[in-house]
Amino acid sequence: METILAQIVTGLSIASILLLVALGLAIIYGTTGVINLAHGEFVMIGAYTAWALQTYVGIGLIESLVVIFFTVALFGWIIEKVVIRHLYRRPLDTILATWGIGVMAQQAIRLAVGGELRYVEMPSAMSSSVSILGLEISAFRLFILALSALIFGFTWYLMYRTSLGMKLRAITQDREIASCFGIKSKRIYSLTFAYGAGLAGLAGALVSPLKSVSPEMGTTYVVDAFMVVVLGGVQSLVGTVASSAILGELTGFLAFYSNDTMAKVLVFCAIVVLIRFRPQGLFAAKVRT
Amino acid sequence: MKLGRRTFIKGTVAAGAVTAAGFPHIWIKDSSLAYAASGEIKVGVLFSLTGTTAIVEESLHKATILAIEEINAAGGINGMQIKPIVEDPASDPATFAEKARKLVLGDKCVSVFGSYTSASRKAVLPVFEKRKNLYFYPTLYEGRECSKNVIYTGAVPNQQQDEFVPWLIEKFGKRWYLIGSNYIYPKEENNYCKKLLAEAGAEVVHEEYVPLGHSEFSSVINKFRSEKPDVIFSTVVGDSVVALHRQYRAAGLDPEKMPMASLTTSENEVAAMGGDAAAGHFTSAPYFMVHESPENQKFVEAYRSRWGGDKVTHFVSEPSYFQVHLFKQAVEKLSAGDISPKTIVEAIKGEEMIAPQGRVRIEPENLHAYLWPKIGQSQSDGQFKVLKTTSEWLKPEPYKAYQNQVCTEAGLKEI
Repeated sequence: METILAQIVTGLSIASILLLVALGLAIIYGTTGVINLAHGEFVMIGAYTAWALQTYVGIGLIESLVVIFFTVALFGWIIEKVVIRHLYRRPLDTILATWGIGVMAQQAIRLAVGGELRYVEMPSAMSSSVSILGLEISAFRLFILALSALIFGFTWYLMYRTSLGMKLRAITQDREIASCFGIKSKRIYSLTFAYGAGLAGLAGALVSPLKSVSPEMGTTYVVDAFMVVVLGGVQSLVGTVASSAILGELTGFLAFYSNDTMAKVLVFCAIVVLIRFRPQGLFAAKVRT
Repeated sequence: MKLGRRTFIKGTVAAGAVTAAGFPHIWIKDSSLAYAASGEIKVGVLFSLTGTTAIVEESLHKATILAIEEINAAGGINGMQIKPIVEDPASDPATFAEKARKLVLGDKCVSVFGSYTSASRKAVLPVFEKRKNLYFYPTLYEGRECSKNVIYTGAVPNQQQDEFVPWLIEKFGKRWYLIGSNYIYPKEENNYCKKLLAEAGAEVVHEEYVPLGHSEFSSVINKFRSEKPDVIFSTVVGDSVVALHRQYRAAGLDPEKMPMASLTTSENEVAAMGGDAAAGHFTSAPYFMVHESPENQKFVEAYRSRWGGDKVTHFVSEPSYFQVHLFKQAVEKLSAGDISPKTIVEAIKGEEMIAPQGRVRIEPENLHAYLWPKIGQSQSDGQFKVLKTTSEWLKPEPYKAYQNQVCTEAGLKEI
C-alpha cells in the first residue's frame, strides 16, 4: 500500500514536470498552429539563464524565476517577430525554421559558455525530503508540483477569464472572422508565442536542480512535450493536464514494475496505437479550420 | 620523338624490373624511414572536440598534447620531435573510422592516440588491424577484447572490482542493487560483479538498465526505498550520473546507509553535479586527482599551468598522459630506420614507467596495463578521499569473467 501511494506521488511529480514543459507548446501549437521544434531549446535557455543568474549574479533559483520567465519570453517574442510571423501560412516551413533555430540556439550556447554539464543549486530550504502520511517526499518535487498547478491555474484564468484570452480563443476558432471584428491577431500571436516560450523557460529553470544542464538537454523535452500534446488533443488545456497525468503515472508505474527502458517503449507503443484510432487526441476541442 | 605503344610498354616493364630487382634495399629502407622522415615522428591525436562526448574527450586531448609537448621540450625521442596530427571525429563512430583511415594512410602516422567510448574504439579497430598500425586507448572499458593493434592503458573489470566488491560487502553488506545505462559496458561490468558477489555469498536484489541519457530517476529511487539494498552498484554514465545523484540527494536518502558504488563517477562528473550531491558515495579507479606522489603533483601542476588553474585531472585523462610517455620509452629503444607500428608493439611489451598513479607496466600477453586500483570516497569539495590502495599492482585480465577464454600473445585462445 505504501509503495503504491509512493508511486502515485512519483507519477504526479513526473506529470507536473511534463505539464510544465508541455503547457507552453500546447498554447503555441493550439493557437498559432506552429509546430515549434525549438521548444526544447526554450527549456534549455531557461535552465542556462537560471545557471547564469546563480553563478554570475548570485541570485537563487526562486528569486530569479520571474526574470527567467521574461528573459525567455523576450527571446520567444523576438523569434516570432523575426522569423515565425512570416511563415504562419506555411506549416511545413515552420517545422524546418524552428528546427534550425533550435540547432542555432544549441550551438550558440555551446560557443558562449562551453559544452560542460552545469547544475543549478537547489534552494537550501527544499534540498531535503519531507514526511507526509508516512511517505518521504522530496520537498523540491512537491514545490514543482505546487508551482505547476499554480501556473496552470493562471494560464486557465488568462485564457478563459480575461479579454486577452477571449480574443485568443476567437482567433483560434477563426482568424479571419476575428480580424473582421477588430481583433489585432498579429499582436495576439506575438504575445502567445512569447508567453509559451516564457513557460518553457520556467520549466527549464525548475528542472535544472534535479537534472543536468547541457546544450543538448532540450531534445528530450521536446519529444516529451509533443507526446503530451498529441495525446491530450491540440487545442485543449484540460487535455494537456489530463494527458500529463496519464503519461506521468503510466511511466512511473511501468518503470517501477519493470524498468525505465521498458516504460519508454510501452508508452510510445500506447501512443502510436491511440493516435491510429483517435488522431485528434483524447480531448479535442471543436475548431473550424 | 615518337613513342609507340609497344616501346612504351617495353620501357615501363624494364624500368619496373630495375626498380624491383636492382634497388630492393633502398626501396625498403625508404619506406620504413617514412615513419621518422625529416627528424619527425608523426602521431595521430583522435579525440572528439565537438559533439556529445566532447566534454570528456577534450580533457583527454589536452592530456595527450601536454605529454607530447613535455617530451618535445626535453629534446624529443632520440633527437626527433613528435609531431601530433590532430583530428576531430565529432563524437561520431563513422567519422572516427574515416579520420583514423586518414591518419594512418594519408598522414602515415606511426601510432594514434584516441577514443573515449567503446563504440568509437570498435569503429576504428578494423582500420588499425587491416593496416597493421597501432592505437593507444586510454579509457577504462568492459574488457573482452584481444587486439594486437591496440595498447589498452585504462582499467578492465577485474582491476576496478577485485578489491572494491569484497571491501564493500565487508563494510556495508550483502544485498546489492545493480543499476546501469543500457549498453554493453554496464552489462559486462555487472556480469563480472555478479560473479564476485556469488563467490562471496552475496545476493543481487535487483538489476536494471536505464536508457542512455535518461534523467528521471524517481521510480528507481522508490525501488531503492522498497528494496533497501546495502549497496547500490552504479554503472550509469554521462548526464544520467548527474541526474541520479542529484535526485538521490533530493529524495533524502543517506549515503551512509545505502551508498552508491560507482565505476564511472570521476572528478569530471562530480564537477558537473556539485560536490554536495556526490559526497559520501564511493568510486573505484586507478587514479584520483588527490593521489599523493611526486609524479602526480608534477602532472597536475603541468596540466593546470598549460590548460587553466580550475581544470581537473581524472582517471581517463591520466592514462591519456602516461601512455604517450610509454610510447616514447618504446620508440627510444629503436633506431630511426626501424621505427614502425610493428616494432613499437614489440618494444612496448613489458615496458614500465612511474605514472602519476604509480608504477605501470604493459602486459606482453594482452597489451593491457598493470594498474593500481584505489577506492575513493567523494567529498563535498568535489575531490575524492582515497581510503584504500591495492598493496600491489593488479594484472589486467580482460577475459576474467569468461573462464573458457584467455588473451595470449598469439591472440584469443579457447580453453
